[in-house]
Amino acid sequence: MSKEQAWDADRALSRIRELEHLPGALLPILHALQDEFGYLDKAAVPLIAEVLNLSHAEVHGVISFYHDFRRSPPGKHLLKMCRAEACQSMGCESMIRHVEDRLGVHLGETTEDGAFTVDAVYCLGNCALSPAVMLDGKLYGRVSREVADFLIDSAQRHA
Amino acid sequence: MSVKIYVPCDAAAVSVGADAVARAIAEQIASRRLGISVVRNGSRGMFWLEPLVEVETPQGRVAYGPVSVDAVSGLFDARFLEGKAHALRLGPTEEIPFLKRQERLTFARCGVTDPLSLSDYVSHGGYRGLEKALKLTQQTIVEEVTTSGLRGRGGAGFPTGIKWRTVLNAPADQKYIVCNGDEGDSGTYADRMIMEGDPFVLIEGMTIAGIAVGATSGYIYIRSEYPHAFRTLERAITIANDKGYLGANVAGSGKRFDLVVRLGAGAYICGEETSLLESLEGKRGQIRFKPPLPAISGLFGKPTVVNNVISLATVPIILDKGGEYYKNFGMGKSRGTLTIQLAGNIKRGGLVEKAFGLTLREAIYDFGGGTASGRPLRAVQVGGPLGAYFPESLLDTPLDYEAFAERKGMLGHGGIVVFDDTVDLARQARFAMEFCAVESCGKCTPCRVGSTRGVEVIDRIIANQDRMQNLELLDDLCEVLTDGSLCALGGLIPFPVQSAIRHFPEDFHKPAPPPPTNGSSKAQESQSWR
Repeated sequence: MSKEQAWDADRALSRIRELEHLPGALLPILHALQDEFGYLDKAAVPLIAEVLNLSHAEVHGVISFYHDFRRSPPGKHLLKMCRAEACQSMGCESMIRHVEDRLGVHLGETTEDGAFTVDAVYCLGNCALSPAVMLDGKLYGRVSREVADFLIDSAQRHA
Repeated sequence: MSVKIYVPCDAAAVSVGADAVARAIAEQIASRRLGISVVRNGSRGMFWLEPLVEVETPQGRVAYGPVSVDAVSGLFDARFLEGKAHALRLGPTEEIPFLKRQERLTFARCGVTDPLSLSDYVSHGGYRGLEKALKLTQQTIVEEVTTSGLRGRGGAGFPTGIKWRTVLNAPADQKYIVCNGDEGDSGTYADRMIMEGDPFVLIEGMTIAGIAVGATSGYIYIRSEYPHAFRTLERAITIANDKGYLGANVAGSGKRFDLVVRLGAGAYICGEETSLLESLEGKRGQIRFKPPLPAISGLFGKPTVVNNVISLATVPIILDKGGEYYKNFGMGKSRGTLTIQLAGNIKRGGLVEKAFGLTLREAIYDFGGGTASGRPLRAVQVGGPLGAYFPESLLDTPLDYEAFAERKGMLGHGGIVVFDDTVDLARQARFAMEFCAVESCGKCTPCRVGSTRGVEVIDRIIANQDRMQNLELLDDLCEVLTDGSLCALGGLIPFPVQSAIRHFPEDFHKPAPPPPTNGSSKAQESQSWR
């Protein structure tokens, strides 16, 4: 479940300053900001660029390259569903369609009520217990439609 | 001897309830007022038995599994603490045939010890390799690794010793050891298991590498899909620093080695070593032209050893027991052990560490027990999303780099994904191209554009539009990708596509399916994904 703070430029800047000394600091900074705020606000780009002496385009280019970095706030719960080969061999595609239908979204989208963001991932390293999903950072294996429903129900109860 | 109960903390075990089982066991211990400790060990790699609970008895460790929360109280009632009978009793852990028939060298401790107990690590043979290495010259360490015949376990199979020698001989004020923990291939989880189940062996291997080539700094790059592994390694590094196994004076030798863990950000391409280096430098994970090799100009432009997790985690046993010992396992030019990962539609999925040379059939049937669905096996994909699909008739191929290459396949990281007869290989070929399109770094045109064109061409083949011409076109496109791509992603994506066509031609000649009714084609889904 997300516990992120609303965007705050001062807080962001202090996180950036804490990490700027690291060699290759940009990824650790982006992770820290996303952990803090749940996404990377566009106002973060000039702040980071200034501190690391990079162009806005360079920072933007890195953010847009990596699938993890989001440019808008995610839903309250983040459900990552694996659709790589091992999970396909155990029927992940039909389980994913079931979840999409139930929540009324496609992969990569957030439900209208902001409760769930559903993303595709390619491998969670749980390939002997396929299909696998990760809900709010917790890994689940052998996720049938019923297990998926159970996970969604539980998340909704704790909304 | 105080009784101990082992419940794995491995992410896969946790994914089917190991944390809840550990809590239930702790509650029973408290309510029954027993003086027993629960150890969270790594996984033994028998995932169909997870959560696998072990009890330490005077006769050795006895296994019970798969244990559910509901079964816990009954286990106590049945006196499982004394190893007594219960429906879930599997007998002495080491006697379980799946485990007994293995040759665990790299994984010797995984599942046996508490991953974050340095004293467990040392009492089970840990840091003996480093101790030996510290008495040797740098050249002799590299020589030992070369003698062992160890080849990069990440998939490419490049001789580790030769890579190290190049870095050792490259003059520089700073060198780096980089561990590639970006295990993105579907069907693989050996790196994750080691990082979560025996992190000190990786730390020791990297320390030895640093001393061997004269590098004082190391980075472990872990994919963001592995948060458990990331947390375990961060804690293990802190412990190793506190106990003097890392830092300015490694094990009292006066030599420095510092280690840092970095998190990826969801990009398959960062498993390619030059992309990984770009990412560590804080840039887009786009691949670099080679040469220069990373061994000459790698991280921050300095000579860098980039090795896979399993390669580095195998170094301590090579130094401890000698290169000759390790070399005596295996076949042909594939020396030592392979960490086979049984995955997908398989009855007994798990990790099998075994000398190279076992056949695919032995791995899938003798160890894996065939398909999970009970339906006939139709295809296996070995070596991740860039590996070939093999039919039943190729199952007698030995697991050996060269034997796979001869059959236009790739052994890769040793992941085996099994499919039953419900698989449609035209769909799998399409997925390969789609995956390449999603994960292409965009640097070279064949991969960036060719993958999207590949999806379109396969769509037309499936829809029976000018099928023969499009099959020919696909063949041409694959040739362009093979010959024109800068790295293995574009260069190898024709493997799954062309092997599917070669071995399963009937799937490309079916009547066209009816058009989708809800209008949400897979292509739109994948494009809307970001």
